Formats: sequence, structure tokens, C-alpha cells
Amino acid sequence: MAKDTINLSVNGIDYTFSIGDNFGQVPCNETLLDTLRNRLNLTAAKKACDEGACGCCTVIKDGDAVPSCMTLLADCDGCQITTLEGLSDPVTGELSELQQKFIDYYAFQCGFCTPGIIMTTKALLDKNPHPTEEEIRDALSGNYCRCISHYHVFEAVNAIAGRPEDLDEKWEGRR
Amino acid sequence: MNSISQSVPKRDHGEKVSGRAVYTADYPNTDLLTARVLRSTKPHAVIRDVAVPELPEGYFYVDHRDIPARNQVQMGLGDTPVFAVEEVRYIGDPIGLIVGPDPETVDRLLSEVIVKYEELPFINDPHKSDMNFFEYDYGKGDPDQKFQEADLIYEETFHTGAQEQAYLETQGMIAEPDPETGGVIVHGSMQCPFYLVSALEPVLDMEPGQLRVIQDVTGGGFGGKEDYPSVLACQTAVAALKTGKPVRIVLSREEDMTVTSKKHPSETKIRGALKDGKLTALDIDICYDSGAYSTLSMVVLQRGIISAPGVYKCDDIKVHGTAARTNVVPYGAYRGFGGAQVFFAIERFMDHLAEKAGLDPVDFKIANTAVQGDLTSTSGRYHFHVPIPEMTDQVMEAADYRRKQEEYSKPQDGRYRRGIGMSLCFHGDGFTGNGERDLIKAVVRMTKDTDDKAHIFVSSTDMGQGFFTSLPKIASRELEIPVEDIIYEMPDTHKTPDSGPTVASRSTMVVGELIRRASQKLKEEWVPGEEAEVYEHYTHPDFMIPFDISKFNGDAYPTFSWGVYCVEVLIDTLTGLVSLPGVWTSFDVGTPIDLNILTGQMEGGVMQSLGYSSMEQIPYDQSCRIRNNKFSDYLIPTASDYPDIHVMYCPVEYPHGPYGAKGAGELPAVGAPSAYAAAVEQAVGGLFAKIPITAEEVLNAVGRNA
Repeated sequence: MAKDTINLSVNGIDYTFSIGDNFGQVPCNETLLDTLRNRLNLTAAKKACDEGACGCCTVIKDGDAVPSCMTLLADCDGCQITTLEGLSDPVTGELSELQQKFIDYYAFQCGFCTPGIIMTTKALLDKNPHPTEEEIRDALSGNYCRCISHYHVFEAVNAIAGRPEDLDEKWEGRR
Repeated sequence: MNSISQSVPKRDHGEKVSGRAVYTADYPNTDLLTARVLRSTKPHAVIRDVAVPELPEGYFYVDHRDIPARNQVQMGLGDTPVFAVEEVRYIGDPIGLIVGPDPETVDRLLSEVIVKYEELPFINDPHKSDMNFFEYDYGKGDPDQKFQEADLIYEETFHTGAQEQAYLETQGMIAEPDPETGGVIVHGSMQCPFYLVSALEPVLDMEPGQLRVIQDVTGGGFGGKEDYPSVLACQTAVAALKTGKPVRIVLSREEDMTVTSKKHPSETKIRGALKDGKLTALDIDICYDSGAYSTLSMVVLQRGIISAPGVYKCDDIKVHGTAARTNVVPYGAYRGFGGAQVFFAIERFMDHLAEKAGLDPVDFKIANTAVQGDLTSTSGRYHFHVPIPEMTDQVMEAADYRRKQEEYSKPQDGRYRRGIGMSLCFHGDGFTGNGERDLIKAVVRMTKDTDDKAHIFVSSTDMGQGFFTSLPKIASRELEIPVEDIIYEMPDTHKTPDSGPTVASRSTMVVGELIRRASQKLKEEWVPGEEAEVYEHYTHPDFMIPFDISKFNGDAYPTFSWGVYCVEVLIDTLTGLVSLPGVWTSFDVGTPIDLNILTGQMEGGVMQSLGYSSMEQIPYDQSCRIRNNKFSDYLIPTASDYPDIHVMYCPVEYPHGPYGAKGAGELPAVGAPSAYAAAVEQAVGGLFAKIPITAEEVLNAVGRNA
């Protein structure tokens, strides 16, 4: 018989959920995104398409960037989940270097896609600290950004990935 | 470079990069009722019956019978209902709401409602429309005479498709009863808070003092959150008054793509005369498919027909435009506001006319471009320098256009082929005609507190375009205090005067200038440690030739922002896929107020315009249903499609804008399609007069010309 208790860690905090249809239980069809947003009040991950097409709900699950709207909570037993809220210092609120680079390089406009784009980038850099431009583009090809700040995102990621070539010239006069 | 152009950190970035920013959908469910909309599944029908299942305690059905006063959302001709009464006119037309505490239960109840329809004939082709919402004619000179004298007459018809704004945050609104005033407080994702107040007044029969509208953090607009939030505000407010509780609607992506406004599809027929290398006459006929309700089609069509002759000097013209009613989603505002359609048409027309006449397209266009002092299409004046020739040089040099143009003109027969094209455009800055003076009458308020901080009170919203940063920069410059000491909070109609909607590329030029002047006044009254308050009112530039909308005569815009685009394509003739080795652009938006913000806007606008040119489309099936109302089917450019965009500037300072700034937000999204089409045309041959040019269209052209 399938296990009906789900233990997972979100941003370093352990949670246990019971799966089922009774009061207080989580229905088996609940997505990780709904759990994060509605039960844990972690609303950085956004519901923008609800079908895994836009990347706004991206979180890191055991090291991989995944669309949390297409991930069932029931499939997260024993998993380590990181959301955007988990990147800042939990006590001081100080931003991580990656977040700061997104600010420094104006890597977004309306900010709605940003939680997903930062988590995709974080998963990439954790596995591959010095990605090529091509690898960055590939990793981010599943993240919609309608303000179309991708160019600035590449600059932010390049700045942190140690490939700052061309950046100085491009940014001359803009800062 | 003006030092105001130096960028500062964006003021909303800290909360957005940490995930703390609260968008409408992020408010917890616990204190809110969820509303979902019962919508028409038929494109045109009479509602015979609505059978609502028995509702558990705490759940409600809300429809037109619950509206306290008028069932009419104030926009366009007033034909948009809050809830349909007897007739539905497109798939998605709202009929009622199911409201309750548990979203899943609300969904289940909604699925159990049965609506009985008597279907009526529907119209899915604007040419077969039974009604034009709007129809205009204007002209000047004697085009018939010029056609008789012409060396060459050319005529062609152009088509553009619809485009979805695809803001990443779907539309959402929360309304709650306000016990203090007996009215409602409405907050949500929006561009224009005072539009919502105007919409709510007649529906609820309340005074503006009872209607408080506050903008939530807004995840993109691009025109799509200009009119539709008024509909959601009315629906949630009616439900909040009925239930006595806060009520939220957040649209799903499918719902948002099905029911909210998009860019008008268009057909533009142009007939033009050439004499001695000059464009001597134009006869233009434009039709915009407006969809089921009139909404913003009047003003979109006005801007379209005024802009239709493009950047060219032509004193003998005839223009006719219609906005036709059909049974599809109402089309409305999209960044560019009727401009992208007509600039595609006139630029393609000029390319093809040049080709017929054996002239180089760029030289021909530049020779016919208006210069300062020339008459505009509506017999106003180009009062300021028109920098198109030097911008064109700038772009051609950066792109190495002349060499490439010559090289790619030679016969190409390999699998991969190249092409390059250019296009020119303008965007008239601010509201059309006398809108700023007669309708908007913008007011701004500024205060200083005892801590010597300055406060900005305007109704202008930041939906990502950076106004929360650029506007305080202007105040900071005038007051000579750090930008950190300027406070500009989310617009709240009970705190801010009406400084107008956040549309029409007007905010920096108009509201920015008002804040500059208000800051000067505040500085005069500045006493450390003491409070002060100032207001500033819009003043119409005195140089403007009064605009008569009944004749389309006079200055439609005080000034123009200008754009030049060059697009290079590399086409795989076996797959039809088009890649972009380079895109080069130059823009005149006057003085840049913040180069980083501006460059983000320009890059984003150009890419939206390239998506519109190539991959974005809204096909309907035979029953008027949008076939691709999902992000897995509606594709927009992403990181993997993103070409190397070169953005350059050529600032012509506008004396009535802050430090010489003009409008910027819409311009980049107006002009790229014709350059894209010209490049594809050069690579694979044929005539491209329609966008989007999908991979299938490219393959068809390759097949035809093989």
C-alpha cells in the first residue's frame, strides 16, 4: 500500500503532510505549487499558466529546477525543496549574491517571472558554476518573460559565472 | 549625455527579487471569498435559462439582478455589460459568478451550472460584419488629381493578426465592502486606477468618495490592463456588496487569453501615386476587427488612421477607417495602440513601390520622409526636428546594411539563405488630439513632511516599466535631495489626484513634467522641519494647432517619438525556421530619463514586435473559439530565440517634457514587422504582405519560388 504521509523539507524546514480526503489532509491531486502558496504561504513561486509552459512556478527539487505546478506534493516525499524565499538570509533578510546581481544588472521589469528565472539560474549554477552563454540560454529557454529582460538576465548570470567579457563595454555609461 | 539619464537602482527591485512583493493572487485565501465566472460557451446566443445547483451555506450566485444600478461598464459606446442579461456575444462573455470560501467547491459548483442557449448566427469575419462601431473619413489636398498625374500607381492590401499581451501575471481583482463609507475598496492588477472609479460609479450608483481603488503590484500590462480591469472591478464589487465580504477574481491563463482584450487584427488597403521619385498621393482604407464590444476601438482606430501615412510627407491623401463588430473577443489596447498595424502596411507599401519603380527602398523612403515644418497627415505640423535620416544612417552603419543588402540581393540557392530589411516608424506622444486638455486634465500633488521627505501623489502606475524609479529621479533632481528621500507609494484614488491613466506613452512626458514643475514649487516653499503641499495642473503646449476630431484636422500630437529598425534573417529553407543574426535599432524618445530602464523597455518592445512578426497568432476554429488559449500553444519569444539586439538613441529634446523627454514605452513595439518581412522577402523571394510570417508561410514561399 502506498505511503500516505509525505515528509519534505522546504527552505531547510521540515514538514509532514498526510495525503487523503479527510479534513486536514492534502488531496492526492494537490500540486507542490498549491501547497507552497496556500499552505505554507510561500507566494514567490507564481501560477501563471498552470501547465508547465512558462516557468513562473519554478522551484528547486533535489537540485533540479522543476515546474511546481506540474509536480504533485505526493511525489515530493523525502525531497529537499528550495524556493526563492529560501535564497535570502532567513534572519537578516540579506540577499544572496545571485539575487543582488539581478538587481545590479536590471535583470527584470515587472518581476512576475523573476522568482522562476532566478530558481532556474540557481539550479544551473549549482551544477555548472561557469556555464557558457549557450548553456545559459538553453537553461532559460523554458522561462517566459514578457517584458523580455532575458538580455539583462544573461548579463547578470555572466557576471556571477565569471564570464564578464563584453560586460564593461556594454554597460559603460549606463551605470 | 544629460546626467538624468544615468541609471539608479530600481526602487521596487528589492521586494521583487526576494519574493516579498504581494501581487493580487498572493493575498491569503483565508479572509477572502473566491469568485469564478460563468461564461458563455457560444459565440452568439440568447440565454434561455440558467440553472444554478443548490448552493451550500456561504456560497452565492451573482448575476445582473444583483447590480445596484446600471449594468454597463463605462468604456467605448457603453455596450459592454457587467453580466450578460439575455444575449451573449462571444465565447467567454460573462453571465454570472459563483462565489464562496473554498476555491475547489466554487469550481465544482460552477461546473454544475447549466445554461440553455438559443443559438444565433455569428460573425467571424469583419467583412461580413452587420455593424461598424466606428467609421471615419478624412483627407486633404486633391489625391484624385495626383493619381491622374502619376508616373506610377501601386496598390496592395496588407494583413496583420491579433496579438495577446501575455503579461505573465493574469488579471485579478479584489473588492471589499468599506464600512466607513458604505462603498467599496477595490484593489488589483491595473494600469489606470481612476478608470475603475469611473466604471464603478454608474454600476453601483455611488459617489467617488465611496469608491476607493488601489493598485496592487502589477505583473505587466502592455495595454491589456487598461480596460479589462474595469470589468473585473464591477464584477467583484457587485459580489462584495451582495455577500458583505471581500471577493477575489483571479483569471486562469486560459480564461485570461479567452476573454481579455488583444491587439486588433487588421486589413489595410493602400493605393499610392509616384511622380518624379516622390510619393504624391495616398488612398488608404483600414479595417480593424473590433470583436464583440466597442471598448477602446474608437481611440485605437483614430490613432491608426492618423498614423497610416507613416513618416512620409504627402499632402494629398484620403483615409477611411472602420472598426467592425464581430462575435470574437473584444480587441483593445496593445502597446502601440493601432500603430503597429498601419506601420506594417505603409512600410511594406513603400518597399514594394520602390521596387516597382526600380528605386532603392531606403533612399526612396528617406527622400520622402517629412522634415520639420512639414504638415502631418491631419495638417498639423512636425514642430520639431525629424531625426529619421541620421537614425537611419546610424542603424545602417551598425548593421553594415549596404554591404549586406547588396550581397543578399544576389541569387541564393543553398539551404540557408540570408536577408536584411529596414523599417521606419513614429509614435505620436500622449493622448490623441485634445485628450490631455479636455478629457484627462491631469493633476499631481506633492507634499513634504517634517522629516524633510518629499511625497509624490499621482495615479500613474508602475507595471514593470519603471515609473516608480524614473519619476522620483525627476523630483530628486529638482529638489536637490537624494532619490531615497522621495516617497512614491502605490496609487490610491483616495490619496492621489487624477493624473490620468498609465497609457499612451504619456507618463514620463506629461506626468513627469508636472512633477518637475511641482518639485520646483515645493522647493520654493521648502522650510526644513515644516510641512508643505503643492498641486500642479496640466497646461496645453501653446504651440499646438487645435485639433478638430470631427475633421481630423490639426495637431493630433504635440510631438513624436521616432524609430528605425534593421532586421537580418538567416533562413533554413528545409524547415522554414528563421533565426536572427542581428537586430539593430535607433530610437528618439527625447532625453532618456534612465538608460537602464529605457533600454529594457526598448529591447522588450522590439522583441514583442518580432514575436508579432513571426510566431504569435490567434487562430479561431469554425465556432469562433480561440484554438490556442494556453501558453503551451501560444508561443512568445524566449531566451533561446533572443537575438543580439542593438539599441541606439538619437535624442531630440522636447522642450515641454522633463529635461527634454518624450514618450517611450510603446514606440519599440510599433515598427519592426516590416523590416522582418522585408528581410524574409529578400531571403526567399515573393511578396510578404501579411504577418505573422510563420515557418509554414516561409516554406510555402520557398515552395512557390523553387
